[in-house]
Amino acid sequence: MTRQNDPKRIRRSRNNVLGLLLVAFVILIFFVSIAKMS
Amino acid sequence: MTAAASPIPADWRDFFALTKPRVMSLVIFTGLCGLLAAPERIHPVLAFTAILCIAVGAGGAAALNQWWEADLDAGMKRTAARPLPQGRMSRTDARDFGVVLSIGAVLLMGLAIGWLAAAILANSVVYYAVVYTIWLKPRTPQNIVIGGGAGAFPPLIGWVAATGDITLMPVLLFAIIFFWTPPHFWALALFVQSDYAKVGIPMMPVVAGETSTRRQILIYAVLLLPLSVLPWWIGGAGRIYGISAVVLSLGFLALSIRVGLRHRTGADDTMKPEKQLFGYSVIYLFALFAALVADRFVPL
Repeated sequence: MTRQNDPKRIRRSRNNVLGLLLVAFVILIFFVSIAKMS
Repeated sequence: MTAAASPIPADWRDFFALTKPRVMSLVIFTGLCGLLAAPERIHPVLAFTAILCIAVGAGGAAALNQWWEADLDAGMKRTAARPLPQGRMSRTDARDFGVVLSIGAVLLMGLAIGWLAAAILANSVVYYAVVYTIWLKPRTPQNIVIGGGAGAFPPLIGWVAATGDITLMPVLLFAIIFFWTPPHFWALALFVQSDYAKVGIPMMPVVAGETSTRRQILIYAVLLLPLSVLPWWIGGAGRIYGISAVVLSLGFLALSIRVGLRHRTGADDTMKPEKQLFGYSVIYLFALFAALVADRFVPL
């Protein structure tokens, strides 16, 4: 696996992954709420 | 000693590696099988959430394990490339990551699924990260036997997530993995023995010797045979599972006999029977639990 050693790029890719995970988490909570109500 | 703080921040792939994705695949699979084999159904979104919580909890425990064992990992060929021994991540980051994942998984399990499942999940994380990693592993050659309980929790949690209570069946699933773990891990320890000895981990082959380890592998394989068939005998599983369990466990026993009754021929011994037993043990567990689920869904 090739590693990017530029700290800025690493931080940006980390933030992107974190952002995606947060969005996925919010969507999951939304669907869990619907499932709990049904 | 690992780097206290790397000038280059850890990549997200390093955090992912910290969760031991390969181990997690077995955890997800057995957890899912426990959930699907249970007699009650839950909403697919809740089922997905339960499995996600089991996986994230296991990932958190794995991160805490690597945080604690960073120095030992650096001394073993098999683990030296991990993010902490390589200095790609600080130990504090790994610890915090493990704590956040573990607490997050338990809270989500409690709020979305139920607090009994959450309590067992919390127990499994503490069992792996504290009882096994910190307490037993560096102290006793029975570390794998007792620590094997940590890996046995996922099907129990999956079952409890679906039904809300504990019955004999999920306890049997727990027991099957518990008795499967020592022969599985000791087969590995036999052919990576020198690595464990180098860092002072009292693995059974290092402390009790190879002959004793081989005999104990055989004992556990003998015990596993009736135990794996027990879910069929008590009526908790049907014929697909029962026949699969008999065939698979006889295969496990046959390979264990080969390992149990042989001796290392010399320094150039390729340890082929031990490697075959280790490889088969992984297939065994996947196939056994797949048969359990097939039994629930395929009418026969």
